[in-house]
Amino acid sequence: MSVAPGLRDFRWYLWGPALLVAIGVLVPLGYLVVRAFEGDASELSRLVFRARNARLLGNTLGLTAGVLVLTSVIAFPLAWLVARTDIRGKRFLTLLGVLPLAVPGYVMAYALMASTGTSGLLSAMHLPRPSGYVGAWLALSLYTSPYLFLNLRAALLGLDPSLEDAARSLGYSNREVARYVVIPHLRPAFFAGGLLIALHVLGDFGVVSLMRFETFSYAIYLQYAAAFDRVYAAWLALMLLSVTGAILILEMRLVQGRRYERTGSGAARHSQMSALGRWRIPAYGFVGLVGSAGVLLPVITVLHWLGRGTQRSHWNDLLHALIDSCSAALPAAFIAVALALPIAYLGVRKPSKRSRVAERIAYLGYATPPLAFALAFIFFTLRTAPFLYQSLGLLIIAYALHFLAEAIGPVRSALYQAPARIHEAARSLGRSPLRAFFDGTFPLLRGGLGVSMAFVFLSALKELPITFLLSPIGFRSLAMGVWGAAGESLFSVAAPYALVLMATSSIIVWLLLRDDRNRSLKPFG
Amino acid sequence: MPVVNGLSFEVEDGELFALLGPSGCGKTTALRLIGGFMRQDQGTISFDGRLLAGDGVFVTPEKRGIGFVFQDYALFPHLTVAQNIAFGLRKEKPATKQERTDEVLKLVGMEGFEERLPHALSGGQQQRVALARALAPRPRLLLLDEPFSNLDAYFRNEMRDNVRAILKEEGITAVLVTHDQEEALLFADRVAVMQSGRIDQIGTPEEIYMTPRTLFVAQFMGQTNLVLTHAHGTTAESVLGKLTLHRPAEGMVLVAIRPEHFSIRPTADHPDAMEAKVLERSFKGHDITYRVQVGPVDCLVHTHNREPFAPGDTVFVRALEPAVVLDKAGV
Repeated sequence: MSVAPGLRDFRWYLWGPALLVAIGVLVPLGYLVVRAFEGDASELSRLVFRARNARLLGNTLGLTAGVLVLTSVIAFPLAWLVARTDIRGKRFLTLLGVLPLAVPGYVMAYALMASTGTSGLLSAMHLPRPSGYVGAWLALSLYTSPYLFLNLRAALLGLDPSLEDAARSLGYSNREVARYVVIPHLRPAFFAGGLLIALHVLGDFGVVSLMRFETFSYAIYLQYAAAFDRVYAAWLALMLLSVTGAILILEMRLVQGRRYERTGSGAARHSQMSALGRWRIPAYGFVGLVGSAGVLLPVITVLHWLGRGTQRSHWNDLLHALIDSCSAALPAAFIAVALALPIAYLGVRKPSKRSRVAERIAYLGYATPPLAFALAFIFFTLRTAPFLYQSLGLLIIAYALHFLAEAIGPVRSALYQAPARIHEAARSLGRSPLRAFFDGTFPLLRGGLGVSMAFVFLSALKELPITFLLSPIGFRSLAMGVWGAAGESLFSVAAPYALVLMATSSIIVWLLLRDDRNRSLKPFG
Repeated sequence: MPVVNGLSFEVEDGELFALLGPSGCGKTTALRLIGGFMRQDQGTISFDGRLLAGDGVFVTPEKRGIGFVFQDYALFPHLTVAQNIAFGLRKEKPATKQERTDEVLKLVGMEGFEERLPHALSGGQQQRVALARALAPRPRLLLLDEPFSNLDAYFRNEMRDNVRAILKEEGITAVLVTHDQEEALLFADRVAVMQSGRIDQIGTPEEIYMTPRTLFVAQFMGQTNLVLTHAHGTTAESVLGKLTLHRPAEGMVLVAIRPEHFSIRPTADHPDAMEAKVLERSFKGHDITYRVQVGPVDCLVHTHNREPFAPGDTVFVRALEPAVVLDKAGV
């Protein structure tokens, strides 16, 4: 007897959604290429080999590199303090390291802009209002540092202490153990966190546009919104996609072939904590500085401007924006989870090349810079289904496809924890495969599905560039509210939007920290 | 409560010494103290005439020159087999490093695996690489923390014999920590049996097994019959009749007799033989265990002969070896 997986396993309700996702992600990106190659050859070469493109590339890469350096300077010491020293209040410090995630990038940029200058909170300090590279660099670093912090902390906590003992018994001093054993083991965590940060910087639109620093994203927006040069916009999007692809490949190369998990199976002890001694005061100083810049500054700035008077009409606008935001984010969350469930199920229960491809495509949609993603959807709908252009439906679909990867992770974890035997037991008691799933496995997945839905909902709520390009006329989301007002230096108008966004985003932080205190953020799943 | 208390033992040069005890008895703590991964509150640790810890001295692990084989092997997952082994040789010249790496790889029978990563090795192979890595810098003392416990039974015996042969051949002093009495008996020249942070008895495997000092040692080292006797000099009166004692004692003492130290016969062939009734028979292949009733007590008897007794039969049992007098403190 032999068992071969074949078409017998091809169930439309599993593969149908996966196929829809593949079409939804890949076809619009195809149209991006089609659009880029419209126009005659001489004009194309003029567009591609422009000096401006080289400057945009330099700016984009320079910003990415700068943010990676500053986030490392923030995250490495903070993770080490929390994981390996006897510093007090570790839970609080961990929260401090993660909370900047609750501050969307453009709110961080807003906080930097609104707290400085002549009327800002810090006006007494005569700080120049940050803009350009420095402004974008500070705002992006402060808000993306948690990605690196969480990964490094998890890696430090997960490091097998007997490896360090082994190195010491082989004649290595404490400092050498750090260099030859600990640091090499942090590499995967650093790459995973660094990749997330790089993807955020490449895809960022809100921060660079508020700080008026010309990266690819900002240029795409200018080209699309102001110059109406669609072909050049398509080219810029393709260039940004190539940079993103190159970074993804680089990360894969760097991690490939190296394994860092423990090889042994015995119970691991916990690492010994080093005493801070006379470094205690500098350590608290560092933590205080990071905490006040990443968490206190945005919160106090928002409250400061809120206190400076907001008119009643602003509150009406806020309510309106909240309703608009939810009208798109809620259905997007439902659709994303409905698509994520079969894809995650295939990946966990019927792993194959095909199921891996389905997952990869979902991740591709997530890694695609949102402006390029939105632009691809515009070209696609204008060509094939103009009635969808600037409709709420298209916005919802774009959200769902872009944030699908965030929904797959929690569903997959939940599936790993739901024993496959339950399904088999339900089958042996006379249920059809689909019934067996809904009666047996599904109830165990509810928690994971809830988390997935929350992730997508909150991410869509914060989303700016996709909303900006795809929203129907008259649609005004919370994110657009902050961005629009901050761009015109109407800081007190932006404050209530920023407050609502920070409050809702802190739910994400809570969800991240809730299940597993040692959780790391993998770029994909 | 200290984890280990009043622990005192000396290991001879070239000796294989085992710390044996149930889990939680403090044997791993003792080993980690010797390795320098923990500090004791009181007492001293010396090696080769050099004070390592205590009296205000603490030599860090990297300066002790003591090798350690960990229970979970602790191979560096990011380094190849060869790099793992050369890890402790970084102060050597490249040629010496290469030579020594090859040498220990050959010693543990892992030639040809130089470029493998630890994940691509089986448990037994990882174990051998861990041993090779610890041996490479030529430590004068090797500490082994339950090194065979993660291997399956068949492989465990082979590895144990292998490692023992290598250590003997290289003349290395070693301290092994284990909870498996058979492993301790087969591996070590001398065994220290530990319970709740202290050593009950130190001796050769034969001494430990044949003449346990305490009730704990007697029971931990295998099945045993315990009898309260009335002792007078080297003999004692008991429900099992007249017993010879391994050392003189007076008054009420608890004695232990291993089940295989009894003879079991269908007829009374000796004046000291006691009549007994077979209660239960367990056939285990190479031997048979009978539970017999002698007077008011049950008694276990191992026998190799195939005399086919059945429950209910009348038999005659007699102690062939002197009964072991157990310390009163241990009762």
